[in-house]
Amino acid sequence: MVNPLSKDNPVIVQVLGICSALAVTAQMEPAIVMTISVTAVLAFANVIISLLRKTIPNSIRIIVQLVVVAALVVIVDQVLKAYNYEVSKALSVFIGLIITNCILMGRLEAFALNNRPWPSFLDGIGNGLGYGIILIIVSFFRELFGSGTLFGYQVFPQWWYDAGYMNNGMMILPPMALIVVACIIWVHRIKNKDLQE
Amino acid sequence: MENLNLFIRSIFIDNMIFAYFLGMCSFLAVSKNVKTAFGLGIAVTFVLIVALPITWCINQYILQPGALSWLGEEYASADLSFLGLIMFIAVIAALVQMLEMIIEKYSPSLYNSLGIFLPLIAVNCAILGAVLFMQQREFPNAWTATVYGAGSGIGWLLAITCLAAIRERLSYSAVPKPLRGIGITFIITGLMGIAFMSFLGIKL
Repeated sequence: MVNPLSKDNPVIVQVLGICSALAVTAQMEPAIVMTISVTAVLAFANVIISLLRKTIPNSIRIIVQLVVVAALVVIVDQVLKAYNYEVSKALSVFIGLIITNCILMGRLEAFALNNRPWPSFLDGIGNGLGYGIILIIVSFFRELFGSGTLFGYQVFPQWWYDAGYMNNGMMILPPMALIVVACIIWVHRIKNKDLQE
Repeated sequence: MENLNLFIRSIFIDNMIFAYFLGMCSFLAVSKNVKTAFGLGIAVTFVLIVALPITWCINQYILQPGALSWLGEEYASADLSFLGLIMFIAVIAALVQMLEMIIEKYSPSLYNSLGIFLPLIAVNCAILGAVLFMQQREFPNAWTATVYGAGSGIGWLLAITCLAAIRERLSYSAVPKPLRGIGITFIITGLMGIAFMSFLGIKL
């Protein structure tokens, strides 16, 4: 369960699930909601596929996996719409896109199909959190420097702005997310020499 | 005119990769040489062009609140929109299966070089993403949806081909060791994204 947090991180080492990792990270709150949603879907999809692993015929396993994941995502989507409508609006299509998040297919194929339910559940939680860590780091820097806030609260005192400090509007724009992730990869690979190419 | 505007917008301004980061997994993994990248781009464009009008019809005549009224008065109040995700992903998966058979028959070399990424177009976020955007923006007819699909597909094709060309050149340059491979690819994609933002002012 601990491995995916750093050494085997789904986003920066296995390069899976990049799409949503980048698109929802302009602010902290959507990023955290996204982390929770993905972790929940991943853990339960892993358990369900692991329980069914002996009964799924090999040739149609992708369709079965997609249907299981899609059903779970529909549940998450409806719960979010009911309890946190603003965030659900901010995430727009990206909740639906959890279905096509490569982390899910990757873990289902690589782990849940060959393992018992309990390890699969832990694997799902671990990978969900590994994904979440990157989301939270990226959104922390983007929100802090892009709008000077965290969770919507002002962080930099007003006199900074009076003294001439300005928010870096660039950080809010999509391309900066890629560059922040690249910096995380850079630091991570300096620490873990065996990952360098 | 409306449609031309939508077409240009979806290629350059609302580019699937640079504005929404959709389809990044295969974008990063298959962009090591231009030929394969171009082949995958064509395949994605094709799936988008076919998938969007079909899903538009499904959305219009089956899923929307009140869409079933053509069946008769008693169905007019039905709202099946919660089934959207499952139906869309099923349509896309079926289309991709079909495309796989066609490519295997007519171009075995492309089939071999695309390898595992061909069946994975089914889980390419660019396709489901375009379908969900189509649903969200409520396009007036199937033709507009097709134009949007073609535009998004060509935008994706353009992005992956450019990145592949840059990465082929990259093997001659001295990149810091920890950045080699995936790190520098992210930075290049970011810079390309910034370059594409210069199209933002275009209005037709």
